[in-house]
Amino acid sequence: MTAAARPRDLAGRVAGGLLHRWLPPAVLVAGWEAATRAAESPFFPPPSAIAARMRDLWFSGPASRLFLSAEAGDSIAPSLARMGLALLLSVAAGVVLGLALGRSERALAYLEPLLQFARVIPPPTMVPVFVVLFQLGTQMQVASIVFGAVWPILLNTADGVRSVDALQMDTANAFRLSAAERIRFVIVPSALPKIFAGLRLALSLSLILMVFSELLPGTSDGLGFQLTYAQSASDVPTIWAVIVLLGVLGYLFNSILLAVERRVLSWRRGTSNSQ
Amino acid sequence: MAMLQITGLTHSYGGDHGVLGGIDLTVPDGRLVSIVGPSGCGKSTLLRCIAGLIRPTGGTLTLDGSPIDGVPDDLAVVFQDYSRSLFPWLTVRDNVALPLRRRGMSRPERRAAAQEALESVGLPDAGRRYPWQLSGGMQQRVSIARALAYRPSLMLMDEPFGSVDAQTREDLEDLLLQVHRTQKMTILLVTHDIDESVYVGDRVVVLNRSPARVHADLDVDLPASRDQIETRGLPEFVRLRAEVGRLVRGGGRSPGAEPADTGTASDIVTDE
Ligand SMILES: Nc1ncnc2c1ncn2[C@@H]1O[C@H](COP(=O)(O)OP(=O)(O)O)[C@@H](O)[C@H]1O
Ligand SMILES: [Mg+2]
Repeated sequence: MTAAARPRDLAGRVAGGLLHRWLPPAVLVAGWEAATRAAESPFFPPPSAIAARMRDLWFSGPASRLFLSAEAGDSIAPSLARMGLALLLSVAAGVVLGLALGRSERALAYLEPLLQFARVIPPPTMVPVFVVLFQLGTQMQVASIVFGAVWPILLNTADGVRSVDALQMDTANAFRLSAAERIRFVIVPSALPKIFAGLRLALSLSLILMVFSELLPGTSDGLGFQLTYAQSASDVPTIWAVIVLLGVLGYLFNSILLAVERRVLSWRRGTSNSQ
Repeated sequence: MAMLQITGLTHSYGGDHGVLGGIDLTVPDGRLVSIVGPSGCGKSTLLRCIAGLIRPTGGTLTLDGSPIDGVPDDLAVVFQDYSRSLFPWLTVRDNVALPLRRRGMSRPERRAAAQEALESVGLPDAGRRYPWQLSGGMQQRVSIARALAYRPSLMLMDEPFGSVDAQTREDLEDLLLQVHRTQKMTILLVTHDIDESVYVGDRVVVLNRSPARVHADLDVDLPASRDQIETRGLPEFVRLRAEVGRLVRGGGRSPGAEPADTGTASDIVTDE
């Protein structure tokens, strides 16, 4: 409100914020450009060359398709679909199991060691098992992403559920809320900050595992596939283009998640001081 | 027709000495009973036992003849720690309306009932705000509104007016008396304010220090329709207030000598 009263201040602050935010990366990229041009190494193409390759590969399509090329449909789209599906399954499984575990002190006591054990197994080592359990291709890829991404959501949900304020549960009990009402109006909202923390971890894990899963046999599309293909063809600019794109996607997804989190948890702004 | 009957109620949180040391109390249907006692003597614990939120270690509690096992139906509680008992992620109106889902009311009906209750506690414009945007006294009134909107047959109130200013407090006391008269609910009100215990109560129960027992149980022989200025000036009010004050302080001064204590209080009105 005070900012709205002084528009010049607001404009100044926005400009200042943008400057703070974008100046360091801009300087970095400029430095990178200068260094790679000076070095002229075939393994380190300048950022301008990487950007050009990215445009040629993925963003040279017609305006009606948001400039996405056919190649983007073969690499970016399947990757994002796998990641999205796997993330969805991880959230569903993680939240449901986490709620069940968090509500039952005993179930958690029994299962916690097992969960911590399963959590630290790197998904790549499970590939021989998955080969037996799942079909090569999408099933296998999604399974390996889920196996890595579900744990932070599950454990954080269970933790959040366990730390529901005792008096809030007493209140729910005193007014005899049904089990469903308790979950919807008391348990989930109070566990939500922890669930979001788990989700952030799961998001970055699933991006990593998405690339990994596309290195598995039975893959014929996706960014990971494009990466290995470019590698075998010694197509260095494409390798860099994929790497940069993955970085940009990771940053984008994280920003979106943070924005959603800020909206959903807006009630915490007023209470965060006391917590 | 005894609605709430408590016999030999004892409770201990696991320490070496108990908090409740054998409470006997009968509250007939539709009465408003004030409970006073030194702080830390076990008043909140007593209410939690009645609410079925903790299982007492001994004694029996019955409501309308059936033992209290779990939270009784048609009960509302105003917790002492009002700010923690409101859900910060719900607006004030949704906090008040949440328990009404069990009443089979539609969404507009729940909202209307919540708004009405908020108006009755003097918060007509707070519905869209969040609890943490309100002062402590306002939050306390929200939790009272939540209990009132629920229209319970038994209402337990744990120091419900502790954080509100004097003027609002008198208004809320009168609201409570009016609600009690019109809705025929049984109310147990824990308070540390001796004046208040006499002003709103049909009866005042004085607990002594832990392990808590009923130190005295006084009938309040004042006209049913009460007035903040007139009633507080009546000789009977003044006498009762002095009496309760003496009993509360007496219980506090000699924590180790309960049997002798109970003996000296010759003017105790026992409810038998
Ligand atoms: N959950 C608990 N666990 C252990 N001790 C408790 C608990 N709640 C209350 N007590 C103890 O029981 C005694 C009575 O507490 P309480 O019923 O809150 O008293 P009052 O409401 O009269 O102030 C106090 O000594 C308090 O420390
Ligand atoms: Mg108390």
